[in-house]
Amino acid sequence: MLIGGYAATVAIANDYYFYAGYIVLQYVVLATAWNILGGYAGYVNFGSAGFYAVGAYTAAILCLALGAPLPVMILGGGLAAGVIGLAAGYLALRIKDVYFAIATLALAVVVQTIVDNWDYVGGTRGIYVLHPHHAIGFSNYPRLLFFTMLVLAVGSVVVARSVEHSRFGRGLAAIRDDEHAAESAGVPTLRLKLMAATLSGILMGAAGAPFPYFVSHLEPSSTFSLAVAVNAIAMPMIGGATSWAGPVIGALVLGGAQQIATVTISSVLNLLIVGLLLIGFVIFAPEGIVGLARRLLR
Amino acid sequence: MTAPLLRVANLSKRFGGFVALNDVSLEVADGERLGVIGPNGAGKSTLVNCVAGLLRPDAGRVVFGDKDITALPAHRRARLGIARSFQLPRPFRSMTLEENLAISRDYAAREATDARALLSQLGLGAKVQSLPRDLTQIELRKLELARALAARPRLVIADEVMAGLSHGEVDEMMGVLLALNQGGITIMMIEHIMRAVMRFSQRIIVLDAGRKIADGAPVEIVRNEAVERAYLGA
Repeated sequence: MLIGGYAATVAIANDYYFYAGYIVLQYVVLATAWNILGGYAGYVNFGSAGFYAVGAYTAAILCLALGAPLPVMILGGGLAAGVIGLAAGYLALRIKDVYFAIATLALAVVVQTIVDNWDYVGGTRGIYVLHPHHAIGFSNYPRLLFFTMLVLAVGSVVVARSVEHSRFGRGLAAIRDDEHAAESAGVPTLRLKLMAATLSGILMGAAGAPFPYFVSHLEPSSTFSLAVAVNAIAMPMIGGATSWAGPVIGALVLGGAQQIATVTISSVLNLLIVGLLLIGFVIFAPEGIVGLARRLLR
Repeated sequence: MTAPLLRVANLSKRFGGFVALNDVSLEVADGERLGVIGPNGAGKSTLVNCVAGLLRPDAGRVVFGDKDITALPAHRRARLGIARSFQLPRPFRSMTLEENLAISRDYAAREATDARALLSQLGLGAKVQSLPRDLTQIELRKLELARALAARPRLVIADEVMAGLSHGEVDEMMGVLLALNQGGITIMMIEHIMRAVMRFSQRIIVLDAGRKIADGAPVEIVRNEAVERAYLGA
């Protein structure tokens, strides 16, 4: 898949495909990351945009202050968002269901307020983070970013898949099914939830880290975007939240549809499409595309 | 006499103004079959939750073996060998029966456990790959018990495993519990069905309004006046 992706960066002439592809792949990472806590453990995180933005701003700061290269930006962005995930998890994972969801939403608001008022990163005006001129091995930098995101997408799916089939993943599933029963069966529920929140945060931060280079002008309103928060939830739900394939399918289908709609219809209709699809799936196929396919094949 | 397996000392638990447990002490010997009875609201479930770790008592101590476990979270107690079933079955609904057992086996058991053999032993051998939603009431209760046993416990707290079962099913469940006890597992049975608890238990503890009002052999409990008052309100 990585080879195919690289071949595409050489073979396809139109740059637009790489912009669109970057966005779709970014949603593969975000949806997969969200699903580790939301799908496997059943804790709905409404604050994905906050984690994504922590990754993006950490990367921007690393780049501007230290001149860090892209891999360091991604690593730093992921770690910073992971730390936030751990801290937020420690405070919020003792509460459940809708209360946890509200707490994560509040977290995103807090992070945005800090960024809005932080002069070093330009506050609400934003800040310029220009990518290097040369992209070694690629004909231009957006293609390198596309390939980077492909690597992150494949990497996060590999991580999610191995979590799902591990003892850790089975423990998370037990928590999702019944937390008291899990605890009584010996599952260290708080520790597992913290691990899931941290891992989810790391991947979300990594998804956001190349974003400054992608947009060149990083500013809060597009970084803390509603689209990120909504898509990170909607994609796994539409794809199917209990397996690694669900968020991938959801991100490809929904992300792809959004990109096509942006070009052919209107860029503001994006979220409307997501909303309608989400309502449809919640009513008619609560287990998502994966669940629907399983039911039809049986 | 050897040291008790479980010792509960002066346990108290309040919920707001309601005193669920009031200075309750009890001991369970290794290998014993203990029954715990009492009217609704007597504090039985609170006692179970304080011993198993889902609730922290306001006062008092819980000692298991030679270890004070009062401050330990439930999953640590499960690893030490305390397993419980839930009054209302709480299976892991997305998992097959075998996977249900794998959770307590992988997370709590100190030694290897054969989940399939355990399920067969409880008469669920044909349903190893079924999901909990395909089970009947008695099968769900057996699954509760099987999951508890997959942890290879030293003490099993059976919280109303017989409620809602038919006469024949009660006998069947009792046979299962007696066989486990023969195998060396200490059993604390919380039960409303008198016929069962009287026959099963070597010793019975009676709770009423958060207090322990009686502790003795079944024959003594039947004749106990305080117990009669608690149940008949006379």
